[in-house]
Amino acid sequence: MHEVGIMQSALDAIRQQAVNHNATRVSRIVLRIGTLAGVDQEALRFAYEALTPGSLADGAVLEIETVPARAYCASCRTEFGAGRGFIFECPQCHAFSGEIRAGRELGIARLEFP
Amino acid sequence: MNSPAPLPATPESAPDYRIHALTGAATGSTRDLSGPLSAEITAAFAASPDGEIAVRSVDVNIPLLEKNDILAERNRGYFLGRGLTALNLVSSPGAGKTTLLERTLDEFGRQNRCAVLVGDLETDNDGIRLSRPHAPVAQITTGTVCHLDAGMIARAAQSIDLDGVRILFIENVGNLVCPASFDLGEQVRVVLLSTTEGEDKPLKYPPIFKSANLVLLTKVDVADVLGFKRDVAVENIRRIAPQAQIIQLSARTGEGMAEWYAFLQARAGRR
Ligand SMILES: Nc1nc2c(ncn2[C@@H]2O[C@H](COP(=O)(O)OP(=O)(O)OP(=O)(O)O)[C@@H](O)[C@H]2O)c(=O)[nH]1
Ligand SMILES: [Mg+2]
Ligand SMILES: [Zn+2]
Repeated sequence: MHEVGIMQSALDAIRQQAVNHNATRVSRIVLRIGTLAGVDQEALRFAYEALTPGSLADGAVLEIETVPARAYCASCRTEFGAGRGFIFECPQCHAFSGEIRAGRELGIARLEFP
Repeated sequence: MNSPAPLPATPESAPDYRIHALTGAATGSTRDLSGPLSAEITAAFAASPDGEIAVRSVDVNIPLLEKNDILAERNRGYFLGRGLTALNLVSSPGAGKTTLLERTLDEFGRQNRCAVLVGDLETDNDGIRLSRPHAPVAQITTGTVCHLDAGMIARAAQSIDLDGVRILFIENVGNLVCPASFDLGEQVRVVLLSTTEGEDKPLKYPPIFKSANLVLLTKVDVADVLGFKRDVAVENIRRIAPQAQIIQLSARTGEGMAEWYAFLQARAGRR
């Protein structure tokens, strides 16, 4: 639902990076998105298709790196992969963890300029 | 990634990104290009004497904030600067947000200056219910928008007198889905779950519960009549939101209200 806004701010940031690197086009955009970021990748790609024509990213490849969720168990002092759902249960002691260590990422990881 | 020396033309100018230069032919970056750029790349290959073209690959690590997030950060700074604690109250329609705030203004609000921003799709009804001489209230009618956003809060906060206010309550539009994605710049997110709903609501709507600092189990006065199992609900909240404090209360009988006021008092003291 807010994927268009996210893509919009991505393109703004890319435009700035292109200026910093003396580029007029970008050929590849790598986004890093955690599974808990609340972003629908399909909707994001759709927004990308809608927003890029005629921009500096026209024709660029959009790559999305998915970051799996990880949580931390304070009693076992271990990090564990949190699977797909929203319940983070420690595989060792079965306590529920509210401490999310990864999975909320939402950003541009890498750009390629021709 | 294996790469030749960085291009001298693009020195590291910021600490948060790294640059490495790659040659286009080796990276694969150009393979699945299509559209206008592929023509450009083809032309670059043709013009290049050794059949290689430079593609600069830049590790940037730029977090993406939407406009709402930027405005929310601004609100947070504004609230902190004024020394007030903002709470965002979220729940399904009718879980008891307005009733809780009415009683809170009448009791806690007499000793501690509070203000309220209340959002609904239509009508000023909740704003009118909350109006008290000792507490500024602003109603936000969102029309078709099913949540409050940070921009609405910024504007509404300007419309009331926040002098001396310690606690700003924000009653969100009754909705358990969309408000989860919209940070308002609040310090505390409060999610209400009433005993007239299912005990499994937290399992059905995990994102909003995951984002809660405090979960209020409301209308506990009618739990038994409705056969609502409080312990099951609490267990479900703990599974999804172990980070959240849980208070069980009834704005009708007053049960649990003291604990809620103690929570407010503690948060209001924190700067
Ligand atoms: N039994 C009981 N009923 C309550 C309690 N709190 C609220 N109610 C009733 O629940 C209904 C809805 O309460 P509201 O306070 O208007 O709920 P709300 O969350 O503000 O509703 P929206 O703003 O429409 O989302 C009203 O009929 C209230 O009288 C409570 O503690 N016990
Ligand atoms: Mg209400
Ligand atoms: Zn454990």
